[in-house]
Amino acid sequence: MQALLNNGFIRWFDNRLPVLSWTNHHMMEYPAPRNLNYAWNFGSLAGLALVLQIVTGIVLAMHYTPHADMAFDSVERIMRDVNYGWLLRYMHANGASFFFIVVYLHIARGLYYGSYKAPREVLWWLGLVILLLMMATAFMGYVLPWGQMSFWGATVITNLFSAIPLIGEPIVQWLWGGFAVGNATLNRFFSLHFLLPFVIVGVVVLHLWALHHKKSNNPLGIDYKGPQDFIPFHPYYTIKDAFGAGVFLILFAIFLFYAPNYMGHPDNYIPADPLVTPAHIVPEWYFLPFYAILRAIPDKLGGVLAMGASIFILFLLPWLDTSRIRSATFRPVFKWFFWLLMIDLVVLGFCGANPPEGFWVPLSQVATVYYFLHFLILLPLIGWFERPRPLPDSIAKPVLKA
Amino acid sequence: MADQTIGAHEETRRDFLYVATGAVAAVGAAMAIWPFIDQMNPAADVLALSSIEVDLSPVPVGQQITVNWRGKPVFVRHRTEADIEEARAVPIEELRDPQTDEERVVKPEWLVMVGICTHLGCVPLADQGDFDGWFCPCHGSHYDSSGRIRKGPAPLNLAIPGYAFIDDTTIRVG
Amino acid sequence: MKRFILSLAALAFLVPATAHAAGDQEVPPEHHWSFNGIFGTYDRAQLLRGLEVYRGVCANCHGLKYVRFRDLEAIGLSEDEVKAIAANYTVEGDVDSFGDPTTREAKPFDAFPSPFPNDEAARASNGGALPIDLSLVAKSRVHGPDYIHALIGLGYEENAEPGPTGLYHNPYMAGGYIAMPPPLFDDAVEYHDGTAATVEQMSTDVSAFLMWAAEPKLEARKAIGLKVILFLLVLTGLFYVCKRKLWANVEH
Repeated sequence: MQALLNNGFIRWFDNRLPVLSWTNHHMMEYPAPRNLNYAWNFGSLAGLALVLQIVTGIVLAMHYTPHADMAFDSVERIMRDVNYGWLLRYMHANGASFFFIVVYLHIARGLYYGSYKAPREVLWWLGLVILLLMMATAFMGYVLPWGQMSFWGATVITNLFSAIPLIGEPIVQWLWGGFAVGNATLNRFFSLHFLLPFVIVGVVVLHLWALHHKKSNNPLGIDYKGPQDFIPFHPYYTIKDAFGAGVFLILFAIFLFYAPNYMGHPDNYIPADPLVTPAHIVPEWYFLPFYAILRAIPDKLGGVLAMGASIFILFLLPWLDTSRIRSATFRPVFKWFFWLLMIDLVVLGFCGANPPEGFWVPLSQVATVYYFLHFLILLPLIGWFERPRPLPDSIAKPVLKA
Repeated sequence: MADQTIGAHEETRRDFLYVATGAVAAVGAAMAIWPFIDQMNPAADVLALSSIEVDLSPVPVGQQITVNWRGKPVFVRHRTEADIEEARAVPIEELRDPQTDEERVVKPEWLVMVGICTHLGCVPLADQGDFDGWFCPCHGSHYDSSGRIRKGPAPLNLAIPGYAFIDDTTIRVG
Repeated sequence: MKRFILSLAALAFLVPATAHAAGDQEVPPEHHWSFNGIFGTYDRAQLLRGLEVYRGVCANCHGLKYVRFRDLEAIGLSEDEVKAIAANYTVEGDVDSFGDPTTREAKPFDAFPSPFPNDEAARASNGGALPIDLSLVAKSRVHGPDYIHALIGLGYEENAEPGPTGLYHNPYMAGGYIAMPPPLFDDAVEYHDGTAATVEQMSTDVSAFLMWAAEPKLEARKAIGLKVILFLLVLTGLFYVCKRKLWANVEH
């Protein structure tokens, strides 16, 4: 990069529009903590997944028809007639799942290492905004093939808004553009599904801005003391991210080429039928824990509020966690409760995947209660009563000693 | 970092490793791009529709029909004796795009050609222009009764699609 | 750290597995299909037999609207054989010069038409039940080809009689009852290659054919996938070696 800037023309250009020095500053010289572990790979992987989704999505939009009578046929045409259409569609469908996998792991890393704590609260908020935008985008994208799960998923999720007192019904009709999910709904979902990923890109830029302003958290969770704590991002983390991307792409390719429908639902290969609901509606796997919380509350408005609260509570996390120690490495009690929360989320996932009958109902209620208990009661208490293990003096010191 | 201790030999081997890795990654990226390009080429269903059959029996002498072939107009003209004679009387050296009438037809009474002006793609009008043929209203190209360019900006004669007679009154275009 | 990632990954992969849990129907026995596995491909001879079963039996009630006759070239038929098969079917033509609808012989670019003009006619001819289009049935049912094979090859009782509601008992159907009478009986079709047309043989062949109909690009997918994964293994290995070299002198 420095060699490039010695070139006269490039220096002249960079002086007028500093793209090169900007890139140099943010992607090469950017000082990163020298002790980041592989859990810090998921951010760049999420970026890679976002780019893959946008590129395959734009290409699919060249062949897809957003009309209730033609959408399903146009998707089948992509699968059968368009050159490499099957590859592009399976990439997009499985790419959505992989996007959520890496984003959930990215969030779990943040929870474990306390990345949401001061001074990174805004960074954390922006990440949650990205998550909400991703959920909206994924939901509307799932509607587009116009299969049975698309149609009934859209019906169920849009009906959540009807729980709002008084104005619920008009809002739902406004969302639908009619009296049920129909062609108007499909059309607007296509438009928004195309738009939102670019909004996500915008928020990602803010997310990175906030990150580079306050610098990365690290596995020790301690503040940096000086330049000896850092190494330049390039080449050390670019190559580490490249290796991570390779592993990610191998796992992605295994699903894409050998189990492309594993994370989908067979019912979505049946064209949408407004008169017949499939026997067992489930959302995509990445919504299952939230879906379980929705169903755990035996009240329409209550369920919707609980589901919304389960995400919005995360915005308050920097203040609900009263401990000043960031990393779970030095928090013996918190560490246990972190894993309990992860198990709780998996239990909720199973509850969401199974029909709301038998023991699944009380189980999902217990798991829902525990979810809120963790954030509202346990976290503040652990922060007050826990005796953290002694922190190292600096990032560089334990590293250099070892 | 602590690179100073590394000898020059080690340096070259490391550089080779990085260059090789970069090259492999670049090859992979180049191959991954192909599906994204190829998807814009005509799809299998489009290619399957690329030939049509046209029944000539309802076209009287001196008339023409226009059929849709690959999304383009194809003129099928049942020429009169006068049309044919006029087309064959033209000295070939006078033509901008030299071609005899015989080269342009399978049977003299049937002229089949793509109805798109070779200038900028408009559809010429029949029975107009200075040469008893077609006239393009967009920029004033005149075609004769064999569809050859005679006057105006167009560089080439109206194109002849590949076609064959299946029987006396049916052709297959494409 | 390693434990952290592995545990999270394990948790994440457990969840979708349960999303496939079936309802109150019997799980079909697993058949060993030629297209299973990493190197699996379709058995062309089996697909051609399956096509004969579809045409001889299923097509009396079921369409196959996403499969075009020209697609059959991919399973080993010649262009002329495809034309000959297409010519057996009638499809809607253009309107004639009086504006009236016409019909014509199907051409290679047409799809297998439904034997009924519309869903209402199909229901009226089948005691109120709608024979579904079979193009995607191998992907739209849990266990795909195993399910089809079990449903038509194993599920009916011998000399099955419809119950009082007109439905036949079949444990592989959701709910345990199906409107379709037993479609197969020995020698329901005559195979061109002389294979004995037992119910087991026909149900297996047609299930494989319907899998091909639902997923015609399976072979290309697996072939490309193998190359892509081998390439990625090499590239990732190189990245790893580079990473080790670069980090060798960094204390971390």
